[in-house]
Amino acid sequence: MTDTTQVDAQQVERLRKLASSIRRRDLQTVYGAGMGHVGGEMSATDILVTLYFAVLHVDPDRPDDPNRDRFILSKGHSALALYTTLAHRGFFPVEELATFVQPLSRLNGHPDRKKVPGVETNTGPLGHGLPVAVGAALASKLQGASWRAFALTGDGELQEGSNWEAAMSAAHYKLDNLTVIVDRNRLQQGDWTEETMQLEPLADKWRAFGWSVIEVDGHDIGQLLQTFSRVPFEVDKPNCIIAHTHKGQGVSFMQDKAAWHHKVPNAEELAVALKELEEVVS
Amino acid sequence: MTQTAEAEQVKLYDCRDAFENKLRELASENDRIVVVVNDSVGSSKLNQFGKTYPKRLVNVGIAEQNMIGVGAGLANGGLIPFVCGASPFLTARALEQIKTDLAYSNQNVKLCGMSSGLAYGELGPTHHSIEDMAWLRAIANMTVIVPADPVETEQAVEVAAETPGPMFLRISRLPVPIVHPKDYKFRIGKAALLREGRDVTLIANGVLVARALEAAGILAASGVQARVLNMSTVRPLDREAVIAAATETGAIVTAEEHTVYGGLGGAVAEVVVQNKPVPMRILGVPGVFAPTGSAQFLLEHFGLTARGIADAALELVGPRKQ
Repeated sequence: MTDTTQVDAQQVERLRKLASSIRRRDLQTVYGAGMGHVGGEMSATDILVTLYFAVLHVDPDRPDDPNRDRFILSKGHSALALYTTLAHRGFFPVEELATFVQPLSRLNGHPDRKKVPGVETNTGPLGHGLPVAVGAALASKLQGASWRAFALTGDGELQEGSNWEAAMSAAHYKLDNLTVIVDRNRLQQGDWTEETMQLEPLADKWRAFGWSVIEVDGHDIGQLLQTFSRVPFEVDKPNCIIAHTHKGQGVSFMQDKAAWHHKVPNAEELAVALKELEEVVS
Repeated sequence: MTQTAEAEQVKLYDCRDAFENKLRELASENDRIVVVVNDSVGSSKLNQFGKTYPKRLVNVGIAEQNMIGVGAGLANGGLIPFVCGASPFLTARALEQIKTDLAYSNQNVKLCGMSSGLAYGELGPTHHSIEDMAWLRAIANMTVIVPADPVETEQAVEVAAETPGPMFLRISRLPVPIVHPKDYKFRIGKAALLREGRDVTLIANGVLVARALEAAGILAASGVQARVLNMSTVRPLDREAVIAAATETGAIVTAEEHTVYGGLGGAVAEVVVQNKPVPMRILGVPGVFAPTGSAQFLLEHFGLTARGIADAALELVGPRKQ
């Protein structure tokens, strides 16, 4: 947990390496399974790593601890990025990732809280995570507890109206213990968000709904650490972090390509991708 | 219970009163109980609850999708939310949230569908909730309960509070008489035998239970002894009671304030045809949007009356000479 605005360079370096190895494991797993959503997983990885290794108060040995921070992955199709992060954090064995989407594996294509320790709610259909995070943050407030709620949404999924119902209620109930992180990779399944259904001016929308908003580079772990350490940004206001990211981050031929939303790399592509990700950290 | 509805001047009750009274009583003993509403405080009769426990009544405004998600999050945070709204909007608007956030996620949330069925009468088909049993019973891990009177409503609320898991309580606002004795014990998944009979079984729930009992009185006058079951739990269904009814009485009439597609009648038929096929009649709204009229008018219009139930039974088994 980083409590100062001075970020520890060694910690940043450690998390950066970890994020790279989680990306590599994610891609290897998708290759092995023949299925996955690599674009949005690569864009979310730095956020997930920062949260699970430096921000969230969670204990892999006590996944049901009533005082744990709640993290909700609203973009449930990035399940493998969550699984890979949870496994590296010790919630279940890393080797189990090899069972991803195999028959009867507990690692479904979208996360199931009844099977996977560390998962808080089942997602897959979009626009579900933020309402649940609002309820969790409210539960903490009603019980006078200090644990917090975090939700990671895609940007395309903000086209779902349920998010804005939830946004309104979070501000109304002054949930400054709630943080939404928008993975603003600018692409949705078929095209750019702005071509599909315009989201901008996105920060203004959240502000108009009563949220305190900070925009960051979602691949700059130092910036992410600093920003999370400032929660709550303002007393009595819910927190919104718009994390500017790239779909397929870390792999040149995947980056910013809608086609890599759920394309599976072949052996050659995998080799190139793994090499590029190695080079990032060395 | 042998009383027939010929017993005039029977006292009638709005089950929402029993619901609110019991919920407030339970809340006084258990501070984990909270209520979530969609601007439905008055229509769910929760004014007194709100006055007594203002912080524990969470009003999310007119936003059903968020309401269900907030309920799931409150349950995730260790509370026991009763999520209350007019049944047509609570169930239809937020069905994906009910499936994913509550049932599939196995969250301890109690959905309370108020003013279900045809209760909103003249307001029209937008406000009728005659598909909710079918929708909710199709979802895995969902318990669906339709109480028949205030006695059962109170007990269902109490059982819901103490039984973990997602649950749907369908609470009517139509006036109903008391059909259960004081010592009645509601159990999830157990039909209540309200009248014994060997010639035919009348299976009903909710508002139709009192009418089925009255029908049994009419049938007795024709020499037909009807068994009456209150099938208040639609899922999980009391399969044993259904199979016993088919085996021992040879004919079944179901009656529900709901479409005939996929509700109580459908649930009973699924068990009957696979275990002990016998002639059946399924009474309900016959797959149409209702015309204009009060709830009482519409129940009569669709034959959901004691006479209508008795006639359906007589068609199946014929009059018997005593």
